[in-house]
Amino acid sequence: MASPVMHARGPRKPARYFSVLPRSPAFWFLIPAIAALAIIGIYPLLLALYNSFHQYKLADLASGTPFVGVDNYIATLTDPTFWEALGRTALFLCVTLPIEVALGLFAALLLHRTELPWMRAAARVSLVIPMATTYAVVGLIGRLIFNRQFGVANYLTGLIGIPPQDWLADPTLAFVSVMIMDIWQWTPFCALILLAGLSMVPKEAEEAARLETPKWSMILWHLQRPYLLPGLTAILILRSADMLKMFDAVFTMTRGGPGAATEFISVYIQRVGFRLFDQGMASAQAIILLILTIVLSRLYIRFVYREAA
Amino acid sequence: MQGTQRAKRARAARKRATVWHFLGLVVVFMSSVFPFYWMVTTSLKSQADALAYPPKWLFSPTFHHYSAALFEHDVASSLLNSLIIASSTTVLAILLGTPAAYALARYEFRGKEDLWFWFISNRMVSPVVLAVPFFLIATKLDLVDTHIVLILLYLTFSLPIVVWICTDQFRNIPVELDEAARLDGASPWRVFWRINLPLAMPGIVVSAIFAFIFSWNDLLYALVLTRSDAITSPVAATSYMSGYELPWGEIMATGTLIVLPMVVFALAVSGRLVQGLTMGAVK
Repeated sequence: MASPVMHARGPRKPARYFSVLPRSPAFWFLIPAIAALAIIGIYPLLLALYNSFHQYKLADLASGTPFVGVDNYIATLTDPTFWEALGRTALFLCVTLPIEVALGLFAALLLHRTELPWMRAAARVSLVIPMATTYAVVGLIGRLIFNRQFGVANYLTGLIGIPPQDWLADPTLAFVSVMIMDIWQWTPFCALILLAGLSMVPKEAEEAARLETPKWSMILWHLQRPYLLPGLTAILILRSADMLKMFDAVFTMTRGGPGAATEFISVYIQRVGFRLFDQGMASAQAIILLILTIVLSRLYIRFVYREAA
Repeated sequence: MQGTQRAKRARAARKRATVWHFLGLVVVFMSSVFPFYWMVTTSLKSQADALAYPPKWLFSPTFHHYSAALFEHDVASSLLNSLIIASSTTVLAILLGTPAAYALARYEFRGKEDLWFWFISNRMVSPVVLAVPFFLIATKLDLVDTHIVLILLYLTFSLPIVVWICTDQFRNIPVELDEAARLDGASPWRVFWRINLPLAMPGIVVSAIFAFIFSWNDLLYALVLTRSDAITSPVAATSYMSGYELPWGEIMATGTLIVLPMVVFALAVSGRLVQGLTMGAVK
């Protein structure tokens, strides 16, 4: 239902954003939500922007909060620890995401087959559990499973002859442990998205293809692939944004350690802001992270939303 | 003769495929459930059984850790805090979000696309970006360690999720209903409140469950903005970490208490889980 006011005036006067809105009921429906998000979402960002140009050390407020220009940004961009945290996040993404997509595709193909309806239903329902598990608790479960003395991970690797490891004390193994928990939690997400793509393939085309060839890989590549691509793009961008956000599970599992082996970007910024108490520096880093996020969300809108809409 | 042999071979191949299919599904099921299963069973083991190596698969269960966690470690009050905060933010998000979603579904206006995308991008922002300035604001307003500051902060993700899911829901309601009511002289608000809102209830409930789950699961904001009175259950779960010998039974009992209600909720909306997690872009 289009507001008649808008259409009568729209083409003649190049109206500015929302200029005629107050006359439309839409304005009154929207304004509470917009106001709320502006106050809690935009105002703090502006404050962060302001703080990022000032020295703001909570442990040293006696020396005031003088304007320091782009010093915080220069310090951030020349800080090797910042780049290491960002690089570590990128590495984590590059290793974890392909595994999650591959395992997710495997699960989706199994769930897409028509046989064994009861087993399929049970497996599908079980996928909900990892996704619903509180991230902080995922980290705690990780600490339990990868415990050096009594962890079940050592028991399971022992069955295939690998000697027990001190998973969370070794930098590489700690990274791998966090990866395994992330793969556990997010593979179901990939599986369900890809399953949704598979179910878009027309039934007749799929049956015809099955008569043509018994090879599932042929069907996957020639018939199902185009239906999987929008979901894959969504997975790629959303998981990238999630990795930039990743904090809870890492914090409870390793606190970023040992050393800085699992200190991802959000964990690092949290440490600078709340353990080193340098709010100015943390603000500059947060703004840089925000810019990365905005780029990602623009990509998401461009590649996923336009296609889906 | 050759024909029957080929048929036999095809049948054997199908049987093999079914066996692999079965095994694959078993692996999917076991790997999804195992860490959760391990948490729940550890919460029911005595400390000696929990620390046994090789791990004990059979043991006599005890509920001792639940009472210890709830009352000695005071997880009970953190669960109550979580409940208060997550339900308040959900109610607020529904109150603010459903009218906005209705407007986005029904009206045309300039800047609508941009507004829509602004709502979307809110979900992608890392909590740490907002936690830094929000901590300073909360300190200045003396709101650290209160429910209200977390209720407001959680709106940054609960409000967008309500708007997304409900916009979709309102679009599926025939516009003719609105037009008929308008012809009968109903005001826009009445059309929304009396006609669209009841019909959109299924979507509203789903979005409320999502808003609740996301708020319940947050750790970072709560860690930064609470101290003792308002700590939420994920913060309480991490607070065991300071001791020397970790009470694994209690930690896992706390984890189970936090996660179990969310699993139940998520199962209730499992049909729309993907939609909720991708902001409706992929159904």
